[in-house]
Amino acid sequence: MSKEVAKERSMIIQKEMMTRLFRDLGNARETGKKVVYTFVPGNISELILSFDMLPVYPEINALQSGMRKKSGGYIRDAEQHGHSEDVCTYVKCDVGMMLNGNIGPTGEKIPSPDLLLLSYTGCFTFLKWFETLERLYPGVPVALLHTPYQEAHKITPEMTAYMVKQLKEEVIPKMEKVSGNKYDEEKLKAILRNSSQVEDYIVKIFDTTKHRPSPIDAYFAGVYYIGPINSGFRGTPEAVDYYAELYKEILTRIDKKLGPITPEGEMEEERFRLVVEGPPNWTHFREFWKLFYDMGAVIVASSYTKVGGVYDMGFRVNPDKPLESLAEYCMNCYTNLNLEQRVELLSKCITDYHADGFLVNSIKSCNSFSAGQLMIMQQLERKLEIPVGFIESDLVDPRYFSYSNIKNRLESFFQMLEQRKMIVTR
Amino acid sequence: MNTLKEIAALCEDLAFDLSFARAREWKSQEAGRVVVGHMPIYFPREIIHAANGLAVGILGGGDKKLIIKGDAYYQSYICHMPRSIVELVLDKHFEGFDGFIFPSICDVIRNLSGMFQLMGEGKFVKYLDLPQNFKAHIGGTFYRHELQTVMDEVFKLNGVVITAERLNHSIGLFNLNRRLICQLYDIRQDFPWRMTAADLYHIVRAGYVIPVEEHNGILEQAVRLIQQETGDPMDKIRVLVMGAFCEQPPAGLIRTIELAGCYIVEDDFLLGARWIQGDIGTGSADPLEAITSAYLEKSTFSSSVYDVGNPKEARLLDLIRKRKIDGVIFAAPSFCDPALLDHPILQKECNDKNIRFISFLYSENTGQFKVIKEQVGTFSDSIKLWD
Repeated sequence: MSKEVAKERSMIIQKEMMTRLFRDLGNARETGKKVVYTFVPGNISELILSFDMLPVYPEINALQSGMRKKSGGYIRDAEQHGHSEDVCTYVKCDVGMMLNGNIGPTGEKIPSPDLLLLSYTGCFTFLKWFETLERLYPGVPVALLHTPYQEAHKITPEMTAYMVKQLKEEVIPKMEKVSGNKYDEEKLKAILRNSSQVEDYIVKIFDTTKHRPSPIDAYFAGVYYIGPINSGFRGTPEAVDYYAELYKEILTRIDKKLGPITPEGEMEEERFRLVVEGPPNWTHFREFWKLFYDMGAVIVASSYTKVGGVYDMGFRVNPDKPLESLAEYCMNCYTNLNLEQRVELLSKCITDYHADGFLVNSIKSCNSFSAGQLMIMQQLERKLEIPVGFIESDLVDPRYFSYSNIKNRLESFFQMLEQRKMIVTR
Repeated sequence: MNTLKEIAALCEDLAFDLSFARAREWKSQEAGRVVVGHMPIYFPREIIHAANGLAVGILGGGDKKLIIKGDAYYQSYICHMPRSIVELVLDKHFEGFDGFIFPSICDVIRNLSGMFQLMGEGKFVKYLDLPQNFKAHIGGTFYRHELQTVMDEVFKLNGVVITAERLNHSIGLFNLNRRLICQLYDIRQDFPWRMTAADLYHIVRAGYVIPVEEHNGILEQAVRLIQQETGDPMDKIRVLVMGAFCEQPPAGLIRTIELAGCYIVEDDFLLGARWIQGDIGTGSADPLEAITSAYLEKSTFSSSVYDVGNPKEARLLDLIRKRKIDGVIFAAPSFCDPALLDHPILQKECNDKNIRFISFLYSENTGQFKVIKEQVGTFSDSIKLWD
């Protein structure tokens, strides 16, 4: 493992983008920009941007709090305010952060919302989350966008029509009222044209894991790669530039036959290729990642990087049908797929990216992912005869991250993969 | 049956018969009949009835089913009911069921629909996406299409055409069913000593697994009998129990609350049976529209519905006033996000309005009630002594 960690240009660009976003949010009251709180899965950032409003993603704030070791305190504060130990820790972290002054990752106060855009896609807890926020921010209007679930393995015209009607008659009028701007379809189309380019890049970037060694880690680094599209930049020229730069860097890595960059430098030997299902743990992100790269394990695909949109099955926004496209984008997010579709998608990843093993990181807080995961695992094991592993942690509650427990399980899993490789080689 | 106790005993046997014998028997009596299982909370059973079917409520194994295999399908931090339902699937309890409906109430039930699909259980599995938009031309149109999809699935099985006449007839039967249940609740509000909450629970729950015509007969008898004075009023407080809308509390828990000095005069145990508040029109040439409108306009409140413009705190206060409640017991299943995330909101309202409450968690197979009895007993005493 090389200990030299040189920041690549794309990393610097992303950091600048994020800093600017939080600075804009910090100055929103002075600049008069309106602020919309919404969620990552099914985030219709393009529509928000078309009204010149700024998005805030409570999950992003929560995960940032987790990475900054603040979430434990926030969660305890929320529990002291009556929240159960049993429920989603993203919600509790967000409530705790609000109770503690709503200070964002850059140390600046995140402004209160002018609109709560409840685009609840693939997660019922979002409904409850915004019911809670609605009471913490009394008087703030709520625009609810119900995304139908792909229960029958497909998006029907009725599902799209339902969403488009909600956009036209519920969401857009509220955005017009809050922002003071009229809906501008041509502007939205222009933004969506950028999104379409970004989506192409996303697919190309995550498809590079076909190479050996894989030039990227599609889970631990992958969550950084999806940062801009899931924090308000999808559809912006900056996002197009960022992803173009990132893709260029990855192509260079492929040319040089380099493995992924880790916090401790380049991973030199690729021993295991894994597909991972489920979100990562944020409170111990570095330690968690290290457990993998120390063992030469690289993640070649992950479901979590598809939580804000699934593009590798062919979906792209169509700027000519902006509202229909936004609707279909929402319905195509990973947690809005039924379990059969998830199994198919994961099977494709395992096959296309030549994975040696499949691992579930089951998150206590997230029923949307966790309920049914054991069956998904069982199905993949039977269908593909692939070794499967299972670990448990939480999103942002440090009480549920047991380092030694996870390490033990991973070591056993890697031993199993090693033995299997030896058998196959013989 | 001459007494409420006899009725309740019969209903308890029916309600917890995990072989669903009455439903199987009913199906076997005539060719073309179908049995469709549905999960909590609400499903308009009228549309299955009108298609010569029986909609059977699936509420888990409760404390009647030992879970062995089901635990292998769920992590420890997921609620209990889905694992008992999976256990029932694996032990073939649903053999002979033609289809399954999963109303959209939470992520766990949603993903359970996918597990049924993967297991190939039933001839159809339908996740019924109940709209969160309550405007007729938006959410109503979508909901109607969802219901039509269910009707189309049943039609594929038995070819029964649901005419307006048939559907209106079914609506009428379920209107009567809801009216009778509400009558029982209303009478019990004034005379809670005449029937225990557990007996009422069993009588209502029996309706989830038998034909509505039979259940209406039972309810009519029960309504007649509860109007006669029996027993003596006791010095108990009047409580509302809420939080149980999906995974059911064991009957022992309901009994424990009443034994610990409370009359449960309102609850959300079997909310689906009383979901529609009032009658659905029976004279329409388009009865499916009537069912759709009823959902949009006459639904009760629940943790699974976003309450934009209709805050749950206000509705809780209305219920407290209507039922003359002394205190609220928030009893929710462990790991139930929808119910548990409501509690801070509702409890704050109780605090602000000086309404006494307690809260605890349970699972459908909780077997030890000593601690809960002490907690509820103290709660009851504190209200009796100090209020």
